[in-house]
Amino acid sequence: MPVVLEARGVTKRFGGLTALSRVDFDLEQGHIASIIGPNGAGKTTFFNVFTGIYVPEEGTVTFNGAPLLGKRPDQITALGVCRTFQNIRLFGNMTTAENVLVGMHSRVPLRFADVLSRNRRWRQEEVGLWNRAAEILGVVGLRDKANEVARNLPYGDQRRLEIGRALASAPSLLLLDEPTAGMTQGEARSLMGLLRRLVEDRGLTILLIEHNMRVVMEVSDHVTVLDYGEKIAEGRAADVQRNARVIEAYLGRKKSAQTTGPTHA
Amino acid sequence: MLAAATRAAQAVLDRPVPATIVVILLLALTTLGVAYVPRSIVLFIFFQASVLLLYLARVPIKWKAAIGAVTLAILIPVLGSINGYYLEIVTQVGIFAALALGLNIVVGLAGLLDLGYVAFFAVGAYSWAIFGSPQANQIFGGSTFPLAGGWFFVFLLVGVGVAAGAGILLGLPVLRLHGDYLAIVTLGFGEVIRVLANNLDKPINFTNGPKGITPIARPPIFFAPLLRAFGIEPNPNVIYPLYLYFLVLVIVGITILVNRRLEDSHIGRAWEAIREDQTAAQAMGVPLVRMKLMAFACGASFAGAVGVLFSAKQIFINPESFTFMESIGVLAMIILGGMGSIPGAILGATVVTVLNLQVLKGLSLWINELRNAGTMIFGLNLANLPTQLEPAKYERMVFGLILVLMMIFRPQGILPARRRHRELQGGDGN
Repeated sequence: MPVVLEARGVTKRFGGLTALSRVDFDLEQGHIASIIGPNGAGKTTFFNVFTGIYVPEEGTVTFNGAPLLGKRPDQITALGVCRTFQNIRLFGNMTTAENVLVGMHSRVPLRFADVLSRNRRWRQEEVGLWNRAAEILGVVGLRDKANEVARNLPYGDQRRLEIGRALASAPSLLLLDEPTAGMTQGEARSLMGLLRRLVEDRGLTILLIEHNMRVVMEVSDHVTVLDYGEKIAEGRAADVQRNARVIEAYLGRKKSAQTTGPTHA
Repeated sequence: MLAAATRAAQAVLDRPVPATIVVILLLALTTLGVAYVPRSIVLFIFFQASVLLLYLARVPIKWKAAIGAVTLAILIPVLGSINGYYLEIVTQVGIFAALALGLNIVVGLAGLLDLGYVAFFAVGAYSWAIFGSPQANQIFGGSTFPLAGGWFFVFLLVGVGVAAGAGILLGLPVLRLHGDYLAIVTLGFGEVIRVLANNLDKPINFTNGPKGITPIARPPIFFAPLLRAFGIEPNPNVIYPLYLYFLVLVIVGITILVNRRLEDSHIGRAWEAIREDQTAAQAMGVPLVRMKLMAFACGASFAGAVGVLFSAKQIFINPESFTFMESIGVLAMIILGGMGSIPGAILGATVVTVLNLQVLKGLSLWINELRNAGTMIFGLNLANLPTQLEPAKYERMVFGLILVLMMIFRPQGILPARRRHRELQGGDGN
């Protein structure tokens, strides 16, 4: 499988803090990959680098061979990379359907004159947009809540609406920042089913930041572990799970391990 | 008691047939009232209230349009020719409604707090004032100016263009700002334009400074032959107020149309997304720079067109018409009416203008009459009332109070923006 997203030597500093330090990263097409790591490991910073919100001090990022660095977030979305946010950032006072419609902005070819004259092109396009919104809401299971104001939706629905809004931009790479946070195990499981379908039916590539290990292990083709801005491990989920440095990063180093002697049970 | 009455009224107004009858009766009654007692402000306000009721009541849409058209095209002009001041008020309401609708795009939809909006109004007004009066001769020499009145219509478009340009000019440096910072910079921009108007009389006399520009040409009465054909001799003193009223009406109509079309399109949705969360909007593919500039330019262009009309209507303009308080006034209108709401902006413009020109002035007159007559109330001789007690002088205070009360009890405005509900087609289930 070809590599869609490729990062080389990405370094991002905030003042004296190095949030990412020379991170290399490859994402293969059609994969679901996860980035995991303790709080403050630099996962969301990594996402922000991919989506143009941060510009790293060093390194390169390419998407399907085209450089992403220096592009604005909206240009990156137009290229086919779209994301969700860790702390849900919906357009609260707009309806569910309108949220999805905003996601389509970069795919609307209309001009100002079309909007003012409401010519046939505009009417056809608008009908098409609403139909696609209906379809996407169907995919994320919010079809019957199309007219509800986004901020009134239950938490799980808001998470799914964010995914729907991102899908609306017709991305080929979807970046999801903790999509199951705050969900019950059942909701998380059904969301993972949805992600699998997106990959299988639509040929999407998905990159997750996730804390829910059961989800990560179940769904990921590939796992990357960050700690203090450095990549400490990557590979298949099961291998990463057994990696000593990963266990150390999550659980801390055993006291006796710092000394030379063997550990006791 | 009051609750029961409200409920009964609601029951009537919610059923189409009784609602239509009640609204027609009320309109007819108040029209007659104003026609017979043309000096009664109270009756005129009742008349306006019946127009509002027409909008709110569940009258079938065709009837609503028909009654509305009759009211705007016949009733108001007739009442206006009985008492010219009413026509002046309605015309001013129209001017401010168009301004409020323009600002509504910038503040209400795109969420960019613009405290210098009146600058664009000034730009439009001065563009016609300079060329529609001998003023332009001071700049170019010769005596080609003023331009013929017919150019007024061209300048409506020029005003749109120049104001839109000014909007982009303001937009470019402030794009990175939002919230309080944006408000301060736009406030400064508004002041800069006013100060420029005040001081651009030397070295080249562009604006004639604080003395202002006059006489500004009015649009020609191109339909005069038509009137003569009907045996009406066009008397400018009678025709112009009506003429300008209808011009304002047309501009407000166009403004509403453009507002609605923009609002209910991908452009309007992108503006609202920026208002809600601009980082998320950009991440979803909304180009912030382009959409913000578009919002500034669209909002400004309305003000430009209205400015051209304003200068022709007033014949005389000077920088005093374009102070910071005017910007605040227009902002108050859309806050009062409901941010992002088209009917709200119009209602806000009406309430604020009528309050200003009629209610407070009327109260002042009334209190003065009582004072002069030496009326006694509760053993208190009103002749001893201090002369400072004059409601018209407390205009700003009354505004302030209304805004504070609104923020506490109805922060969404009188007629808040409603979300459009739509039946979706296709895409059922998973």
